[in-house]
Amino acid sequence: MYIYDDIDQRIVDERVAQYRDQTRRYLAGELTDDEYRPLRLQNGLYIQRHAPMLRIAVPYGLMNSRQLRKLADISRRYDKGYGHFSTRQNFQLNWPKLETVPDILAELATVQMHAIQTSGSCIRAITTDQFAGVAPDEIVDPRPFIEIMRQWSSFHPEFAGLPRKFKLAVNGARHDRSLVQAHDIGLELYLDSDGKIAVRVWVGGGLGRTPILGTVIREHLEWQHALTYCEAILRVYNLYGRRDNAFKARIKILVKALGAEEFARRVEEEWALHKDGPGTITQAEYDRVASFFAQGRHTELPAQDASFDAARASNPAFAAWAKRNVHAHKVAGYRAVTLSLKKTGIAPGDATAGQLEVMAELADQYSFGELRVSHEQNVILADVKLGNLFAVWETARVHGLATPNIGLLTDIICCPGGDFCSLANAKSIPIAQAIQEKFDDLDYLHDIGDIELNISGCMNSCGHQHVGHIGVLGVDKDGSEWYQITIGGKQGSDARLGTVIGPSFPAEEVPGVIEKLIATYIETRTEEERFIDTVHRIGVAPFKARVYAKEAA
Amino acid sequence: MSNLIKNNAIVADDWTLVALPAPAEDTVRKQAGKVVIFKITGEPAATPEQISGAVIPAAGKVIVPLTVWLARKDELAARAAKSEVGVWLESFELLEDLLASVADINSLPLIAIHFPRFVDGRGFSLATQLRTRYQYRNELRAIGDVLRDQLYFMHRCGFDAFSIRTDRSAEDALASLRDFSDPYQGAVDNPLPVWRRHARVSHHAATEGRVFARHEDEVD
Repeated sequence: MYIYDDIDQRIVDERVAQYRDQTRRYLAGELTDDEYRPLRLQNGLYIQRHAPMLRIAVPYGLMNSRQLRKLADISRRYDKGYGHFSTRQNFQLNWPKLETVPDILAELATVQMHAIQTSGSCIRAITTDQFAGVAPDEIVDPRPFIEIMRQWSSFHPEFAGLPRKFKLAVNGARHDRSLVQAHDIGLELYLDSDGKIAVRVWVGGGLGRTPILGTVIREHLEWQHALTYCEAILRVYNLYGRRDNAFKARIKILVKALGAEEFARRVEEEWALHKDGPGTITQAEYDRVASFFAQGRHTELPAQDASFDAARASNPAFAAWAKRNVHAHKVAGYRAVTLSLKKTGIAPGDATAGQLEVMAELADQYSFGELRVSHEQNVILADVKLGNLFAVWETARVHGLATPNIGLLTDIICCPGGDFCSLANAKSIPIAQAIQEKFDDLDYLHDIGDIELNISGCMNSCGHQHVGHIGVLGVDKDGSEWYQITIGGKQGSDARLGTVIGPSFPAEEVPGVIEKLIATYIETRTEEERFIDTVHRIGVAPFKARVYAKEAA
Repeated sequence: MSNLIKNNAIVADDWTLVALPAPAEDTVRKQAGKVVIFKITGEPAATPEQISGAVIPAAGKVIVPLTVWLARKDELAARAAKSEVGVWLESFELLEDLLASVADINSLPLIAIHFPRFVDGRGFSLATQLRTRYQYRNELRAIGDVLRDQLYFMHRCGFDAFSIRTDRSAEDALASLRDFSDPYQGAVDNPLPVWRRHARVSHHAATEGRVFARHEDEVD
């Protein structure tokens, strides 16, 4: 993975000093709440329901064991001994003290970490596929690009006061696992007819209050122009994006208002002035950054491993885990492993300091000392030898990290919700837990098969409910918490937004509604059909009829 | 004591800023109970009454609102010829309107951009466009809600003068111009991104005795 040089380190160190002084001035009354707010937000610090929440950047979800141990250490010393992996591939502390945040940042800087632009109206942390670099369907490793873009976007002076938050995702695989169509800018890397790396540029996607999938404004961009082109997009947005209404301030609203064609025209006009300028990425810089992600450290192994096959044959629990939590790898004899943070009874994405250390240890022993965070809020060991899978499973199991539910109904994506977040209209974690409890039978879960259930506590949609096969959205109805259900949403290259099935439900009815949706699927499905396929084949009506049957009677 | 920073120093201000008189009927716009400060780019900034009612001092250097500059150009022509008229823009006004009003943008000795609130970042792009796309070379001044924590960004976008909000110390603000010593990306102050300014290390060099010990292949 990328390693800081003196320049990177100095920027992070100077940031700590700058933020320390800003916090000092705030505490001394020299900065008002309104003046301090954007400063702390651009450093990931929210003031939440119970305490501040600090969002720490894990660029493109990649970190090493030393960094994870530092997070464990910080969570013990400055928080309550646990943390939360978010749908932005970041790490969140729920209980730090505002005054100690500069010290936390100084600790993070010692392991090349920070909280720069993890929130606020600026370019946010750029996300990608958790299997970048190891996925068999990968065309271009997106990580060198994202690292170059991470540096470009960090403290970009022109875009430090955008109308609203700005999220980028980059995908380099045949199957999109980065939600490029649901981002302000989504970049898809591919090889063009000359075999050269090219970029397809999506703009104006986003979830939130007005969910919209993005539009392609440029089908073919030579990779060297990624930065200048994004700058042109951001300049048009910065100048013309609405600022009079926060709910209409995202780029998607501007793209819609102007029309994608007119928006693209303005971008192209602006870009023409800076194309081939100094912001053009050089081959030398690309090669330098790419050298940090170079392959070639894997051992040459046979494609099969007898001990793995034997363990799978004799141990059904291991076999179930291997089926769900182990993923294909581009190098023979290796697999990627998802450590599930979706154990029933635990808030999705939460991990204790002890679990963080176990994961760090597993990474050191079995996966080049590196880990990834997925936007599904799990942690991945990306490079495990087949022959080591059993050992990984045994250790993970002891520490509650081996629930064999990846991609199943209980692998719920869930925002922190009303228990923690001051934006939320409703709680989300208890809903996730109630659903997990209702569907705790593993055989039934495996029978239901691949399904994505996403929960958000408000329309800010951190839980990506619009693209969940089943989406649950917390809404406020006369001061009490209700939940709106959508079905048919989908992430991936053929992303689509879910359809609301009807009036919302009180919390206690949600697990029952999910049960009826699942029952409808089980009864109607054809062989090999996933939940989402059935919804798309038969439409929303039969599901709706089943769920609302009682009211109709 | 002046609150104007220019070329990294606090200097006396010999320009007078001409404000628009308050509109006759204040159209207070509200959104969800909150008064909306921000206007959409391209909205008119002043009524004809405001423009004609703006009081321009009879002598000395003046910075006039763009709307006044456009409407009362003849009245200002003689002073403009002596380089005694600058123009200020609201963050939602269009640079194109200013550009269309002059044969050469560099005939203006001073352009100021108003920050209605420090979080309004349109001024950063307006400054960038003035300096790059339109090759403006004279004084570019930030006025309005100008606070130290945005100064570094303003400077990088091409502002060379900062009229610090009067209730804040310009002295303190000077320090923030040095918040970062070697930024990543190119901008107006230095168009070269970091990799064109320095020879940076590759993976091989970085792992030779640097911060992170290279992780050996897994220990079986």
